[in-house]
Amino acid sequence: MGHDHDHGHDHGHDHGHDAQDAISFRVRALEKLMVDKGLVDPATLDAVVETYEHRVGPRNGAQVVARAWTDPEYRAWLMKDATSAIASLGYTGRQGEHMIAVENSPAVHNMVVCTLCSCYPWSVLGLPPTWYKSAPYRSRAVSDPRGVLSEFGVSLDEKVEVRIWDSTAELRYLVIPEQPAGTEGWDAERLAALVTRDSMIGVAKVSAPA
Amino acid sequence: MNGGQDLGGVQGFGPVVQEPGEPLFHAEWEKGAFSLTLALGFLGRWNIDMSRFYRENRSPAEYYTSSYYTLWFKALEKLVVDRGLVTEEERRTGKPAGACDTSLTPPGPQRARELLALGTSAAVNETIPPKFSVGQRVRVKNLHPAGHTRMPRYCRGRTGTVEIDHGVYVFPDTHAMGEGKRPQHCYNVRFTAGELWGRPGPDTVRIDLWDDYLEPA
Repeated sequence: MGHDHDHGHDHGHDHGHDAQDAISFRVRALEKLMVDKGLVDPATLDAVVETYEHRVGPRNGAQVVARAWTDPEYRAWLMKDATSAIASLGYTGRQGEHMIAVENSPAVHNMVVCTLCSCYPWSVLGLPPTWYKSAPYRSRAVSDPRGVLSEFGVSLDEKVEVRIWDSTAELRYLVIPEQPAGTEGWDAERLAALVTRDSMIGVAKVSAPA
Repeated sequence: MNGGQDLGGVQGFGPVVQEPGEPLFHAEWEKGAFSLTLALGFLGRWNIDMSRFYRENRSPAEYYTSSYYTLWFKALEKLVVDRGLVTEEERRTGKPAGACDTSLTPPGPQRARELLALGTSAAVNETIPPKFSVGQRVRVKNLHPAGHTRMPRYCRGRTGTVEIDHGVYVFPDTHAMGEGKRPQHCYNVRFTAGELWGRPGPDTVRIDLWDDYLEPA
């Protein structure tokens, strides 16, 4: 018998060691079969994991945002043709083939979701966090965005338009947050360090260091 | 399909829970499920729309009680058989039955990194006239396809405004079912929160929708 235990939260795991052991066994079995059939190179599996653990992540997106904040020409290009503008910084590829940048302003707050699965701009943000893929976020981001935002500690004036982008196609949306007051004149490198992943999904604002 | 995956507006799931430390993978098998899915995808026997359909095409009860990478893996186990990479017997026993298929050459690690950096474009380089134009009012058709679709049910029958014409893209509904790319325009359509949820205020939802989902309003 398994000894299922209560983690006291719900973040999309299969709870229970039996279930974990069973799927772990199945994954290893399929992997071995595919290697034995010559259909997978084991080194490729490691390279795929390594790419998203160490090479592709939200630091990419932060560079894009910081460049947009410091270079008006780049910002204009980004808003017109985000795919090319982002590619010019070296960020291309899977789940970032067709990019659109959406910018926050005092009147508009953008927020990105994929209600149907988990579409997310990998090339600039890496793999999505578990909450982004979870039923609570996917169900409520479109119908109760202000409630979701409040759970992330963001409260917006009722006059601000919350603009939700449901990623139903192969277009991937990157939020360009507002540059925080007090950081005028900072260089891009210093600004990039302030830009969080959540601010580029649209569930946070960027704040200046206290 | 009106399946478990179609989550927009569903109620009762509670608050969004953020994980401490936010591990990218929670166990070794999640790394395996993820990397095996991408690596086998490189062989070109299926497309991303098929993958999505294989993940969602199950009872909502199972969808909601399976973790993210469990769904990925269950889809993969079925895809490798249905799309002819291995037989069901091989998958079940884990033992190769016949000779290796030498027509398929899996990429090595360097080539895999290149392929990830290249991605796969869903845009179609064909001149196809758009059925709608930016600024036009459109209504989402009352469609209930049993197969894959990227039309969320919360916008079905609702009226919005075309914001962006993205150009010509693969149509996922046919692509997922092995019925071809059926290239057509894909648009971003703006809906007010009032239209979708009966809620006054300035909020809007922007949804990417294809020609075949829309009619003039």
